[in-house]
Amino acid sequence: MKPAALIQRDLLLAYRRRSELATPLIFFVMVTGLFPLALSPEPALLRTLAPGVVWVAALLAGLIGQESLFKSDYEDGSLEQLLLSPAPLEFVVLLRVFTHWLVTGLPLVILSPLMGLLLNYPAAAMWTLIMSLLLGTPILSFLGAVGAALTVGLRRSGMLLPVLILPLTVPVLIFGASTAARAASSEPTAAPLYFLGAMLVLAVTFAPYAIAGGLRVSLES
Amino acid sequence: MFIWFHKLVSPPYFYKFAGRLSPWLAWLSLLVILAGLYAGLWLAPPDYQQGDGFRIMYVHVPSAWMSLFVYTVMAMAAAIGLIWRMKLAHAVSAAAAPLGASFTFLALVTGSLWGKPMWGTYWVWDARLTSELILLFLYLGYMVLNRAFDDRRTGDRASAILALVGIVNIPIIHYSVKWWNTLHQGPTVFFGPRADIPPSMYIPLFIMVAGFMLYFAAFILKRLQVEILQRERNTAWVRELVEKS
Repeated sequence: MKPAALIQRDLLLAYRRRSELATPLIFFVMVTGLFPLALSPEPALLRTLAPGVVWVAALLAGLIGQESLFKSDYEDGSLEQLLLSPAPLEFVVLLRVFTHWLVTGLPLVILSPLMGLLLNYPAAAMWTLIMSLLLGTPILSFLGAVGAALTVGLRRSGMLLPVLILPLTVPVLIFGASTAARAASSEPTAAPLYFLGAMLVLAVTFAPYAIAGGLRVSLES
Repeated sequence: MFIWFHKLVSPPYFYKFAGRLSPWLAWLSLLVILAGLYAGLWLAPPDYQQGDGFRIMYVHVPSAWMSLFVYTVMAMAAAIGLIWRMKLAHAVSAAAAPLGASFTFLALVTGSLWGKPMWGTYWVWDARLTSELILLFLYLGYMVLNRAFDDRRTGDRASAILALVGIVNIPIIHYSVKWWNTLHQGPTVFFGPRADIPPSMYIPLFIMVAGFMLYFAAFILKRLQVEILQRERNTAWVRELVEKS
């Protein structure tokens, strides 16, 4: 199967299920909206909290979207066909995670300046917030895909996936949120951004093997 | 040598082997731990700064080391099980996880009990505390996934992959939280004698580490016996064993 055909198929499937894709976005906006209600609407406080809140909300919303990554393909049997195809499963999986990020992760990144605005995050630092999410959310997608591959055969995987994956996302959260926080106080942000980039390279290199391994285990049973 | 090894990893033989070795190790570990406690609580001099409060380290430091050591054992056994499809290796991982989680928990509890008089608080979001807490979550995630499948073999292999992903991540997690926030004192004991710590202070620590290692060895063998019985419950030798007793 050609890579372009795989991407096209996934994008088409995503387009047909538009409303399903909107759920993580709505969740993202709502979780962000809960923080001013629970803490305080004071602008100065929100400003210091904004990087962390946006990052935590993006992390949780991203994980919610991950559960559907292989589910429908597993249920209708097309995952088995992908496994049998001559193309290496690692590569197929890499394309799948990338396409899934395009339709779930990228909208979160695009929406994030709006959330920053709601939380009084300085407009001058907005590009750095976007950059940090642009580098960070694909890592989260790859980690989440490992969990999705391991739990795809289980009937109730809803709560299990975050339990497995959240501890692994800690470094991404630390560097991502610290990038955004440093940008807000106009400190240099190159170092944490480079770390995010390095972790993205690591994830792209190694995660496909873990995801493919997880899928093989899940389908063998 | 190889013949002996093949014989050893066959479940019925290993079951008997573990059953014979485990009590010896358990009694030995009890003796060593008692000796280490006596040396640490009575013979070691009080610290010039922390007084007698530092003595909790004779439990805290070995359990923190064991928490990392057990995870390494678990991940190595998981890799062996995935690569060579060795049934016993998966059983080792599954048996090690609860022990590792208990050591991690013990390290956290003793650490926070020590933290109250020394730092004035039970919990701070310090790098080492945080990475230890995340390690506990990794253990718990492994245990949950291991038991989540109807088929034990699927659960074994799925959780083995998770353990391997975890061990790649542990250094990254450790360094990221380290740069994020640090209050914990740096490692004091390093291998080899040091002028500023008297032997009567660090030798009990090594005795305690040896005792904890022996404890781990004794109880992983015991847990392995249980794991083997559960996994092999449909085989002839287990039936024979049960009927005989």
